[in-house]
Amino acid sequence: MIDKRVKSIAEAMQGIKDGSTVMFGGFGAVGHPAHLIDGLIEQGAKDLTLVGNNAGTGRVEPLVRLLATGRVRKIICSFPRSAGSVVFDEMHKSGKLELELVPQGTLAERIRAAGAGIPAFYTATAYGTALGEGKEVREFNGRKYLLEQSIRADVALVEAWQADRWGNLTYKLSGRNFNPIMATAAELTIVQAQHIVELGALGPESIHTPGVYVNRVVHVPYGDPAPALVAATA
Amino acid sequence: MTTTAARATGTAEGFKPWARPEMAARLAQDIPEGWCVNLGIGIPLLVSNFVKGREVIFHSENGIIGMGGLQKPEELEPWLVNAGKQNVNLVTGASIVHHADSFALIRGGHIDLCVLGAFEVAANGDFANWTTSLTDGVPAVGGAMDLAVGAKRLWIIMDHTSKNGSPKLLERCALPLTAVKAVSRVYTNLAVIDVGPEGFEVVDMAPGLSMEALQAQTGAPLKRKAA
Repeated sequence: MIDKRVKSIAEAMQGIKDGSTVMFGGFGAVGHPAHLIDGLIEQGAKDLTLVGNNAGTGRVEPLVRLLATGRVRKIICSFPRSAGSVVFDEMHKSGKLELELVPQGTLAERIRAAGAGIPAFYTATAYGTALGEGKEVREFNGRKYLLEQSIRADVALVEAWQADRWGNLTYKLSGRNFNPIMATAAELTIVQAQHIVELGALGPESIHTPGVYVNRVVHVPYGDPAPALVAATA
Repeated sequence: MTTTAARATGTAEGFKPWARPEMAARLAQDIPEGWCVNLGIGIPLLVSNFVKGREVIFHSENGIIGMGGLQKPEELEPWLVNAGKQNVNLVTGASIVHHADSFALIRGGHIDLCVLGAFEVAANGDFANWTTSLTDGVPAVGGAMDLAVGAKRLWIIMDHTSKNGSPKLLERCALPLTAVKAVSRVYTNLAVIDVGPEGFEVVDMAPGLSMEALQAQTGAPLKRKAA
């Protein structure tokens, strides 16, 4: 019997090695697997490369506390800096945290490409800008494009709304964001799910991520992300 | 202050630049029913207030196609945020996609219009809006570079000059570029200006403003757009 459910976050995080590349879903707090990141802090892996859209705000959330441990060597990110990204700013300025800044759509496509077995692709995004410097340029139909390489990870941390024992997943509203593509792009995909449902309860046409992409599922019914009615950031 | 500036630039007495809602309303006049539009955060977002009576589909790069307005406190749905991470509503008929599909929509040319703010726009369509320095502090880029090259057309909405009065429409950008040759039209508090094959072409001006006064506040040659 296929059963990807595990009983605890500690069990879900077992075996993550030092030096791993770890992707995490979320657009700000929505669809962000904060409990698994807390689990990564507990688990203790170091010399990590993180891949995600944001680098966290304030000093309390797990992503920020993980950065503050000094166990993250590098972050690949589109919007690291926003109001309140104090820990990222400090770590980056003092040279303790390397940043690879990537346009958001290029970041998403580099992840998607990895999951689809495509090592690199051309995009017009960032051509002629500081973020395109040093990249191979090729012209197609009179337009210039940059070669961008895919990003594969050792581990993907995903937040889902519903999951069954096969690891089939759904996401809630804009909680989907980077989660489905990250689930496809890692050796080990770990999911925190708000609801565990019976196999068969999710209609085949409504499954967003088929379970073949998923390795472990842990039930974390924490409720809703914090309301975001605050000043715009990214 | 307006009067002083008006005298200094030789405009008619009582000339008033367009206010931000007027700029947004002027831009919204040019959006036909049926377009799929991405609005950047800040002034561009005001445009959505002025398309009433037309079905225009607003896209948010975090995967929303058919975004509505900001949520009222009693409507709170914390699982819905826009690109600025504000809680928003969906309109009837809306759909949700993941991030790679959302940017495929952008990169694949399925967005009719993107509206962004800018620090500088050049006469060849280059523009700068993501950072004022690559060395001072850590920049963030988000989706601006993808939107700039992917949308079918890119319109900029911004003040005509910076706070100290220096032109923001220039021969060439001095700040780090967001994209090359990407801008097709600029809506400022003074005028509507197309980026034509030979540079800036004035489409419309705030009432009472002279071409000379507009030129004096612009860092590249202007000509009137042929009717």
